[in-house]
Order: sequence, then structure tokens, then C-alpha cells
Amino acid sequence: MKPIPGWADVILIPLVSVLLAALCAALLVLAIDEDPVEAMKLMIDGTLFRSAGWGFMLYYTTNFIFTGLAVSIAFHAALFNIGGEGQAMLGGLGVALVCLFIPWPHWTLAILGATAGAMVFGAIWAAIPAYLQAKRGSHIVITTIMFNFIAAALLNYLLVNTLKPVGSMDPATASFPAATHLPTFQDMAGLLGFEGMFRGSPANVSFFLAIIACFVLWILIWRTRLGYQIRALGHSPSAAKYAGISPTKIIIVTMLISGGLAGMMAVNTTQGEAERLILNFTEGAGFLGIAVALMGRSHPFGVFLSALLFGFLFQGGAELGFWTSIPRELILVIQALVILFVGALDNMVRMVVGQAFHLVGYRRA
Amino acid sequence: MTAPAIELKGISKAFGPVQANKDISIRVMPGTIHGIIGENGAGKSTLMSILYGFYKADAGEVFIAGQKTEIPDSQAAIAAGIGMVFQHFKLVENFSVLENVVLGAEDGALLAPSLRKARRELTSLADEYELSIDPDAIIQDIGVGMQQRVEILKALYRRADILILDEPTGVLTPAEADQLFRILERLKEEGKTIILITHKLREIMETTDTVSVMRRGEMTATVKTADTSPEELAELMVGRKVLLRVNKVPAKPGAAILDVQKLNVVDDAGVHRVKDVSLTVRAGEVLGIAGVSGNGQSELLEVLGGYQSATGTVQVNGTEIDLSGKFSDGQSRRARGIAHVPEDRQREGLIMDFHAWENVAFGYHHDGAYQANGFMMNNRAIKEDTDAKMGRFDVRPPNPNLNAKNFSGGNQQKIVLAREIERNPDLLLVGQPTRGVDIGAIEFIHQQIIALRDQGKAILLVSVELDEIMSLSDRIAVMFDGAIMGERLPAETDERELGLLMAGMNGSAA
Repeated sequence: MKPIPGWADVILIPLVSVLLAALCAALLVLAIDEDPVEAMKLMIDGTLFRSAGWGFMLYYTTNFIFTGLAVSIAFHAALFNIGGEGQAMLGGLGVALVCLFIPWPHWTLAILGATAGAMVFGAIWAAIPAYLQAKRGSHIVITTIMFNFIAAALLNYLLVNTLKPVGSMDPATASFPAATHLPTFQDMAGLLGFEGMFRGSPANVSFFLAIIACFVLWILIWRTRLGYQIRALGHSPSAAKYAGISPTKIIIVTMLISGGLAGMMAVNTTQGEAERLILNFTEGAGFLGIAVALMGRSHPFGVFLSALLFGFLFQGGAELGFWTSIPRELILVIQALVILFVGALDNMVRMVVGQAFHLVGYRRA
Repeated sequence: MTAPAIELKGISKAFGPVQANKDISIRVMPGTIHGIIGENGAGKSTLMSILYGFYKADAGEVFIAGQKTEIPDSQAAIAAGIGMVFQHFKLVENFSVLENVVLGAEDGALLAPSLRKARRELTSLADEYELSIDPDAIIQDIGVGMQQRVEILKALYRRADILILDEPTGVLTPAEADQLFRILERLKEEGKTIILITHKLREIMETTDTVSVMRRGEMTATVKTADTSPEELAELMVGRKVLLRVNKVPAKPGAAILDVQKLNVVDDAGVHRVKDVSLTVRAGEVLGIAGVSGNGQSELLEVLGGYQSATGTVQVNGTEIDLSGKFSDGQSRRARGIAHVPEDRQREGLIMDFHAWENVAFGYHHDGAYQANGFMMNNRAIKEDTDAKMGRFDVRPPNPNLNAKNFSGGNQQKIVLAREIERNPDLLLVGQPTRGVDIGAIEFIHQQIIALRDQGKAILLVSVELDEIMSLSDRIAVMFDGAIMGERLPAETDERELGLLMAGMNGSAA
């Protein structure tokens, strides 16, 4: 393997992969008789040249940061947590219970309570597969994916039978009390005197919670003993055993953190946007976290950047569905292509980039 | 004058910026045994891989029996009459000898005719080269010596005239190794050409006719074996004078530090790995455990290191330690003053993708000196500590930010040793301290182990290198099939006797 500089490894290779995915998507757009350049312009116009577009993009980004971080921390312990979707659903349940049944005086306290509720419920949902992996050797990929279905069924049952207000036809909880409502970007812009910015868009303060989460996770992974042990186990289980790092403990702790992060997504969607718990509020963000983590190389900063990109794609995709005959599902295709290029074909891109560096004579011994 | 069996002219091969082979030329005459010796990473294996068609040389030519030959893949190498016996055998474990010999050289879609032909061939090969073997034995049921014989037969069945053996004695007992060399001698008499790749000077001196020395991708010398000495070869390999035997004063053993009684290990698969092992290591002495790898030594180290459960009693400094695995792990062992240099530094001792400084804290990551506060680690303190340790143990390059995998084998081992020895343990467990380590570093590592002994520490050394055991140990215990076959003093025994014990023959019980 030819050595390539660090920045190319972190930035250039994911970028090339995304460009390749975009190129394939462009071919797809051509195939359904639409103009890819026009489509791209529409996506950029609708997302980046309108403040409301930003508001939607950052709302999605917030979700993807949480689920992306959840997948990343598990990756560091060589665990593949596909259960972000289910853990986020349970997180929503936690948020709803906290917001509905505790009388909060102010949103600043409510967001802390909701965060705690989301983390605990998400963590519990991850704890069972974690226990089964650590103690029984049941593969975490299988158990977490099955737990997604159980979570969906559980939420469905609770919303239809228990939490639905009497007389409502809608499988959702009652609206949360006003004191729990989070300030949106529109509210905050208004406070700062920019009346009318981010109008009607769902982005809210939990975006900053996501940024804090990135930073805390970075500290956790690279600066703490726990992070050290997680990475050691992830890189070499045999060496971890030699050093006296208990795989059982680390697997369970890592999955608790992972599930907690996935659950935190609900603070954004359930408390911040819907202001009540609805069915299917996760909208696949749990799965998208896998693509986000792969592209972000499981690094919190990388996760932030790739979550921005996917936020853009998500919002841009909605624009496409609105203005053209390109279905919104095209974003799913792009997402799959990104996973394909970043995850499965990583070495292909890496080899080409490495060769390119070799050709231009990059030699730093 | 006959043409050389193999002639390489100006072979060069680079992997990115690393020049693995630089302008190498050799001539090997037919009917001779030619040794290639060099440290790890000197380029021996690359050169042979080029000859066997695994790599394509960047420059240079190969002549087989005087004919310029292109070898794009291993099929071409076989067609050119080259056979290779790898360090790690490439045999199908649950196939018979016959099936393994035929595998890949079947004559048609139906197996039976090929097998019949192979059976005839094997009989005649066995007569010709005294390579008798039961063609219907299953590979997993026969010993490693026999398995190696199957590899040789595979090459001969494919009409190889040139046989390349890569570190062939790594897994053999001394007796099996002697047997192998008799076979090679016989093959030579029959006109075969043999290339022997090894890092063991003794083997080169005993078996080869000519020897080439490689250092850092270059061929530094090719000499007649009769005209050289081990000291000269070592100097050629390393580029400076090397002490082949460690200088040490007699041990002054003190109180027993480690006392093991009736230790038994049954692994997860239900195999009885360690059988009733009892031994004592006293302060200020090295107890060497000799044995062919896979005879329970690894499990013994794992039990003492805290990550394999066992039954029996083990006392350290007079107090018993837990063997059940419930209250024991690597952490509790370290707290008891046991340091452990594991046999496989790449799988256990180091995390190859971690920086050197992260590896220096490995296993000691709970140490207060490495913590910044209750939550975060003090990475700067660890780096400073790494800097100091790298200086004292002469790790090259002395860069704490390099990943472990970017160091050579010897320097990786020095990082592990620095980490463990500088903890000032009462008991040091050392497994294969110089496996895959260059000669220059071996000298240094041996000195460090003896220095620790002279500070009055107890050392339990496990090694498959008999030379190492003989040179470092104050007492030698030999393990075979999980049990200790006997204990000897190095001055009162020799390789022949130890070799018999390693093969499970306790002939000198009287």
C-alpha cells in the first residue's frame, strides 16, 4: 500500500467517493429523462440559497449527527450497531414520557430531562443486544436489526392503545405542554432581530446539543481511558484480553453509549419539531447513521461534515420531489451508492488516489 | 562447464518507496545446497516470491538452467521445475497425503486415475529419496515433520528440480530438523538444487555448500560455507560485530517468587493443554521452558498472565493467585507484580494501529501517572514517558507518534520489553522474546533480560529457539504434550538430550 498523506485519507478519499456516487446518481437522473445539472441547481437553490432551506437541512443534519455518532462509537469497539432506528424510537418514547408526565417550568430544564429520558430509553434498547453479544455471543448485527422491528411494534402498540388521547383518531400522543417546546432557529433569529429568517423550518436548539455531543464524543474516544479501552478492544480483541480489558464490560458500556446517542435524536424530532410522539418519526435516520459514520470515518468531526452533506441531500431530495418528476427516493439511491463507495469499495478509491499521489511524486518518508 | 541451475541477474523490486530488493544477482549450481540468510525484512522472502511468480520484479532477469525464463505466476514456476516449501504449510488438513499431493495437479475430471498414478509415483519417490510415508494417512493425524515431508513430495511430484525451503525448521524438533537435513542431503546427491532460507546460522553452517547474505534488500556477500564462520556471517547480516552468546555471571537465586503446583488447563474445545505442571522460579534466576510450539507453553503463560482459567495452585511471593478467571485478569496480575511479554507481540502485546505512546500505556492504562483527572488521560505524560523509554531501550525511530506497525519486529519487541521491564516487576513472563527479531536487537534484548535477572527478579522464559534457551536460562524445563518432561541444568545437558525430551522421549530417566 502506498503511503498517502493524512488529510487525503480523511478528506480527499471520502470526497472522491461522494463524487463517484453523485456521478452514478446523475446517470440515473439522465436515464429517467431529466437534466442532472438542472436537478443539482434545484437542490442547491432550494437548500443553500434560502434560510428556510438551511433550517430544514440543519434539522436533518441534527438527526444524522446523533445516529452517525451512535454508529461511530460502536464501530470503534468493532461493533456494528444497525439498531439506531429502534433505539431512536425508544428514545422518542423516553422524550414523550418525560415531557408529558413531568411538569417542566422552562424549556432549558425540559431539554435536559428529555435528553436524559431519550438516552436512558435508547440505552436500554441497546443493552439487551449488547448483553446477548457480550455474554451469549449472539451477533449484534442480527439482534439489533431484530430489535428495530420490536421497537416499531412496541411504539405502534403504545401509541394506538395507551398513549393516544381519548377520542383521537391519530396514533400519536397528546401535544407536549408549551413549557417543553424548544426554541426553533426562527425564534432565535427573531430574538436577534432577524425577523422572518428560517421561517417555517424545523431546526431548533437541539442542533447545538448535537454539536456538543460531537465534542464530548471526541473527548471520550480520544482522551479518556474508557475511549482508549474501547478502541483497544475494537482494534485487537486478543490484545485487549492480554491487557486485562474486559470485553464484556466494554461491549455493554459502548452499546449503552451508542443506544443513548441514537435515542437523543428524538430530542430534535419529538420535542423540537413534532412536539408530540408520532409513529415513524425516525424516517430512516437510524439507518442513515450507518452511511454518515462510514463517510465520517467514525470521527466525530467527520460525522458532523457527512451529516451536513446528508442533510443537504435530504432537503435537496425533498425539493426535487416537489418541483420535478424525480422521486424523493433518489436520495435513498445516493445514500446506498455512498455506502457502496465509502464502505465496500473504499480500497478501490484508495488505490487510485494512492497511485495519483505516487505519480505526482509525493514522497515523504 | 554446466550452466547454473538458477541464475538471477540484477533483480530489483520496490514496494512504493521501500526498495525490497536492489540489483540482486546470484548463481546457484545444480546439485548444491545454497543458503540465503538475512534478518527479517532483508528481502529474502521477496526474492523467493519473485522466483516463484508471486511478485513481478521491476528489473532483472531469471535464468533457469541457462535459459532466460519469465515467471509470471506460480504455474510457470512449477513448469520451470521450481518447487517451494512454505514456512506455513499449504495442506488441506482433512485430506489424505495422496489427495494433498494430487491437489492442483489432477490429470482429468475423474480423480481415481490421478490418485492411482500418484500412489505409484509416491512409492518410487519414497524409494529414490528415502521419503517413505503412508499415502492414506490424514494430514491432521501426522506430525509436522511428516507434513513437511508431504510438502516436499508435492514439489517432487510436480517434477521440481529446484526446491526452495522457507524457514523450514521453525516448527520442527531438533531431531526432526536433523531428519530434514538428511533428506535434503539425499536430494542433493540425486542432483536436485536446494535453496534454504533461514535466519539460523547453525543450519547454514551445517548444511549448505554456498551461502548468500542479504541486508536491507541488497546481497552483501556470497561465500563458500566452508570458508566462513558464524561470526563473519552475523557481521555481514547486521553490518557490525555481534555478540552471539550473551555474557552473564552465574545466577544468585534467592527466595521462590513463583510457585506452580499441579497446574491443569483444559481449553474451550475440551483439549487438555497443560497437564499437572509444577515448577518454581526463584528471585534472580531465569527458568527456561523449552519445547516445540504448541505443547502447552502458550497456555502456561496465558494462565500466569491472567487470561486463561486453570486448576491447581499458583503462588506469587507466597500468596495464592486466583486461577478461576472470575477474580483474575491481566490487570490483577500486573497489580501483583507480574509483567508479561507475550509470545505474539502483534496479536497480543501491541495494538498495531495504535501509536507507540498508546502502546506504552497498554495494560497500564489505569496507572495514576497516566491520568489527567478522574475522566481524561494525560496523553502528554504518556508521550513523555514513551520518549524516555524509547531512549533507554534504543527504539528506532524514537518517535512516539508512529504507529506500532511501522516499527520493525525488533523495535516493536523493544517497545513491549520497555513497557514491561520498566515496571520493575517481581516476575517477568517472557514468551518468544526474539521471534522475528533481527540479530542486532536479539543481543540487546538478551542483555536486558539478564540485567533484570541480576537485579534479583524472577524470569520465566518460554522459547522454541533452543539456542536462546541454552544461552539465557539458569535452569531448563522441557515441555511436551502439556507436561514437563524433565528439568536440566544448561551446563549438564546438550541439544541432543533436550531434543529427545522435546520429542517426548525421556530416555535418560536413570
